[in-house]
Amino acid sequence: MLDEFVKAGYIALKDFREYYMKPGSLSWGIIFPFVFALAFMTKRGGLTEWLAPGMISLALFFGSTSMSAMSIVFERRIGSFERLLLFPVSYNCISLGKSLSSFIMGLISAVPVLLLTLIVLPEPPAYLLLLAVNIAITTFASSTFGVFLSFLVKDPAQVMIVFNLVRFPMMFLSDVIIPVTIMPQYLVPIALALPLTYMTEALRFAYTGTYDVIPPAISITVSLVIGVLFLLAASEVIKRSKP
Amino acid sequence: MLLLTAQSIMMGEDLKCLRTEERKMGNECIISVEGLTKKYGELMAVDHISFCVRRNEIFGFLGPNGAGKTTTVRMLVGLTRITEGKAWIEGYDVVRDYKRVRSVIGVVPDISNLYSELTCLQNLIFSAAMYGVPREKRLKRAEELLKFFGLWRMRDFKFKNLSRGLKRRLTIAAALTHNPKVLFLDEPTSGLDIMSRRMVWEKILELNRSGVTIFLTSHNVYEAFHISDRIGVINKGKIVALGTPAELSKRFSAKEVIEVAFYPKNPRESELIKQLNGALSVKLRKDHLEIVASDPTSVIEGLILYAKQNNLELSTLNLRGADAEELFLRIVGEQ
Ligand SMILES: Nc1ncnc2c1ncn2[C@@H]1O[C@H](COP(=O)(O)OP(=O)(O)O)[C@@H](O)[C@H]1O
Ligand SMILES: [Mg+2]
Repeated sequence: MLDEFVKAGYIALKDFREYYMKPGSLSWGIIFPFVFALAFMTKRGGLTEWLAPGMISLALFFGSTSMSAMSIVFERRIGSFERLLLFPVSYNCISLGKSLSSFIMGLISAVPVLLLTLIVLPEPPAYLLLLAVNIAITTFASSTFGVFLSFLVKDPAQVMIVFNLVRFPMMFLSDVIIPVTIMPQYLVPIALALPLTYMTEALRFAYTGTYDVIPPAISITVSLVIGVLFLLAASEVIKRSKP
Repeated sequence: MLLLTAQSIMMGEDLKCLRTEERKMGNECIISVEGLTKKYGELMAVDHISFCVRRNEIFGFLGPNGAGKTTTVRMLVGLTRITEGKAWIEGYDVVRDYKRVRSVIGVVPDISNLYSELTCLQNLIFSAAMYGVPREKRLKRAEELLKFFGLWRMRDFKFKNLSRGLKRRLTIAAALTHNPKVLFLDEPTSGLDIMSRRMVWEKILELNRSGVTIFLTSHNVYEAFHISDRIGVINKGKIVALGTPAELSKRFSAKEVIEVAFYPKNPRESELIKQLNGALSVKLRKDHLEIVASDPTSVIEGLILYAKQNNLELSTLNLRGADAEELFLRIVGEQ
C-alpha cells in the first residue's frame, strides 16, 4: 500500500520533469490563468474580494488539467504510456501518479495568482489554514478530473481544443467570474451540476468567509468526493483502455 | 563455365552448438500457452495457438507482418485482453496473477518508447524504482546496465538525443533493471543498421548465457535462425511450424534448386522436363532455367547429357540449397 504511494510519487516526478516545459502546459497551465487575473485587475471594478478565489480556482483548474492533458494524451499517442502498465503496480497507483503530477502543476500555476491577490486586495484571507486545505482539495479534484478527461482524447493535436471546450463553459458557469446568484434561473441547475462550482465555493468561503449558494460543509465534502470518484473512474478507464 | 555451389542455411550454427553444450537444458516450460486467441471484431489476429518456451532457451517467434506476433506478446505480458485461452509464465496465470508475472518478466516493445526528456541514467533509475529495486541498489544496477550496453559515455544524454540503435539498446536495458527471468523482445532489431543489429544480437546471446530466457519476435528469417534455439513460425494467427532451426530446415528443404543456362539458346521448359529424372518443376527465369529437384545428382547428369545430344553448351550450372527465406516462404505458403 505505502509502496504504491511511493511509486505514484515516482510517476509524478517523472511526468513533471518530462512535461512541465512543454508549450501546452506552459501556455494554458501557467500563463493563461495569470494573464486572465491581470486582465481583471486593469478592468473597471478590478480584482474584487469576490473574484479572487475564483481566479485561484481557475489557475488550479487550468494548471492541473493542462498537465494531465500533456502527460496522458501525449504519452498514449507515442506509446510510452504502456510502459506504466508493465510495472508491477495497480491501476490506482498509475492514476494516482498521473493525478499527482497534475497536482504539482496546479499548485505552481496558482502561486503567481495567489501572490497577486494577496498584494492587490486590502483584506487578507479569512481562514488561512482552511484556504490551504481547500486549495489542496480543489487541486486534487481538478487533477483527477483532468486525468479522467484525458483518456477520452486520442489526438495530441486536438487535446487543448477539447479541453478548452470543456474548461471554458465551466469557467463561465461555475461561479468563477459570474456569480451564480445573478445567473438566469435555467442556468443554475447546470452550475450546480459542475464540479468546479463546488471547488470555487469552498475556496471562496476560506478566502472571504462567505459563500454564494453552497455552504462550506457541502462544498468541501462534495469537492473531496468528486476527487476520489474521478480517481477511481480514471483507474477504471486505464484498465479499459487495453485493446 | 561450370559453377557448383551449395549454400548452407545454417550460418550461425557453430555459435549455437557451443552455447547449447555449455548449458544444462531443462525441458521444463517457463512459458506455456494453451489455445490463446485474440479477435478484433471479425478479425482473428491470433487463432488458438499453443506452445511452450523452455527455461533458458531463446525462442524465436517468426512470421510475416501482420501474422499476430505483437498481439501474442501483448497478451502474454498483459497489455492486450485475451479473447480465449490461457497462458502461464513461471507457473503464474498471466491474467489472474498479472502483478507477479510482471515482476519476473522484462518487456521490450516493438517501438523504443522511453521518456524523451529524461537522460539514459534517469530512465533506468525510474524503471528500477517502479520495479521495486531497493533504493540503494538502483544506481549500481543502472550503471551496470549502461556499461553492459555500451552506453556509459551517453549516461547523461537525453533519450531523445540518442540514435535509433542506442535508443533500442537503452529500451532493452530498461526492461532488465529488475533482473527478470524472462525477457520479451518484440522485433528487437527491426530498422537498425548492420552494426547495431549485431550488437543487439550479441547482447541477447550474452543475456541468455547468464540465464535469462528469451522470447523474441522477428519477421527476419536470418535473425530467427541465427540466434534462436527453437523457432515457432506464425502465419495469419496460426502456428504453422515449430522446432529447432536444424529441424525446420530438414523438414522443409528436402528439395534443392538448380539454376542452369544453355548456350546459344535455352530449350523450352516443357521439353526439358521430359528429359530429366528427378526434376519436380522447371521454370524459365530471365536468362536461365530454375529446376526444383528431388534428386539433384540425376538431374545434373540429365542436363549434361541433354546438352551433348543437342549440341548445346552449359553456360551456367548452379546448385543451391533453398535458403532460409525460401524455406520460410515454403513453410508459410504450405497452407
Ligand atoms: N488494436 C488493434 N485493433 C484491431 N486490429 C489490430 C489491432 N492490433 C493488431 N491488429 C491486427 O491484428 C493482426 C495482427 O497484428 P500484429 O500482432 O501486430 O502482427 P505482427 O506483430 O505479427 O506484425 C493484424 O491484422 C493487425 O492489423
Ligand atoms: Mg509486430
